[in-house]
Amino acid sequence: MSDLTLESISTQYFDVLKELGNIGAGNATTALASLLQCKVDMKVPQVLTLDFKDVGTLLGGEEQVMAGAYLAVEGDITGSILFLVKKDIAVHLVKKLMGDMASEDFGEMERSAFKEISNIITGSYLNALATLTNLTIYPSIPDLAIDMAGAILSVPAIEFGIMGDKILLIQSQISDDIDIDGFFIMIPDMESYEKILSALGIISG
Amino acid sequence: MEVKVGMADMNVCASPDSIITLGLGSCVGVVLYDPSTKICGMVHVMLPDSTTIGVGNNPAKFADTGVDAVLEMAIKKGAKRERMVAKIAGGAQMFSVNKDSPMLRVGERNVAAVKAKLKELGIRLIAEDTGNNYGRTVIFYPETGEYLIRAIGKEPMTI
Repeated sequence: MSDLTLESISTQYFDVLKELGNIGAGNATTALASLLQCKVDMKVPQVLTLDFKDVGTLLGGEEQVMAGAYLAVEGDITGSILFLVKKDIAVHLVKKLMGDMASEDFGEMERSAFKEISNIITGSYLNALATLTNLTIYPSIPDLAIDMAGAILSVPAIEFGIMGDKILLIQSQISDDIDIDGFFIMIPDMESYEKILSALGIISG
Repeated sequence: MEVKVGMADMNVCASPDSIITLGLGSCVGVVLYDPSTKICGMVHVMLPDSTTIGVGNNPAKFADTGVDAVLEMAIKKGAKRERMVAKIAGGAQMFSVNKDSPMLRVGERNVAAVKAKLKELGIRLIAEDTGNNYGRTVIFYPETGEYLIRAIGKEPMTI
């Protein structure tokens, strides 16, 4: 299976991501509702495949300011996870969590609140994946960047770039008082794709 | 007119036009420039080395093949090889996590690979703004040879 490329496995993997998107977003919705103590709804998540040159056009251009939480995963599979929302959405979520204490300028308190929210959301997806595959997956502590969409997305794009010319991501829309468009990007290392697909019985491993 | 260069993409332009790439993170925006004809090329490279990965059908993705490809493109446009100089920007490390991942330091490796390639080709690197942990939008003006760099929450600078 050493000649696997993202293109050749993407059809099967696409379906895995769809399933993961549904369960993960469901878990995330429940977890967020309990953390923020409000009613949260979700829409059916979309799995998107983008060419590198179109990556920046997602969410209003390469210069759109976004908040991204990045973490490494270890255990039976290795790789990385990026959770991404527009900065104003991050501010909204942080305000929900911290109340009036939160300030717009994203200081240390706000950063750590957003990391906590990201932990819960990425944890929801990782739990879904672990349950589906029966694999053990440990996330690292996330690191946060508030920067241009293009710059943040360059990190997963480069990791995908080792295998192909496209980036795969899950777009999930949840809403409390406002619509929250969140992007979840999972980049397993090459061997981990095979582990995920064989754990699901899609390829024989 | 402003010519746009996307991720893993390249293009050329001549004065009075300018050439731009938006939101560079760990990627590097390499400009090759002939000050006499005021013709330049820009390539937005993502990865350092095509030889370990295989180039596929997009030379602009890699530092080694991307610099070659944009050089050829600029020469076709009318730039003179022996007059070409280079300016580079980007190569940030956007995140750091406790796991030591070579992929997170890819910005640094991209910058080193671009420099090695320029040296091999004998093209002088005359200015750079690389590294750090923030994204950059870069615009090159072949009329003046100025490379303008914008970042969130920072004053624009020219190299």
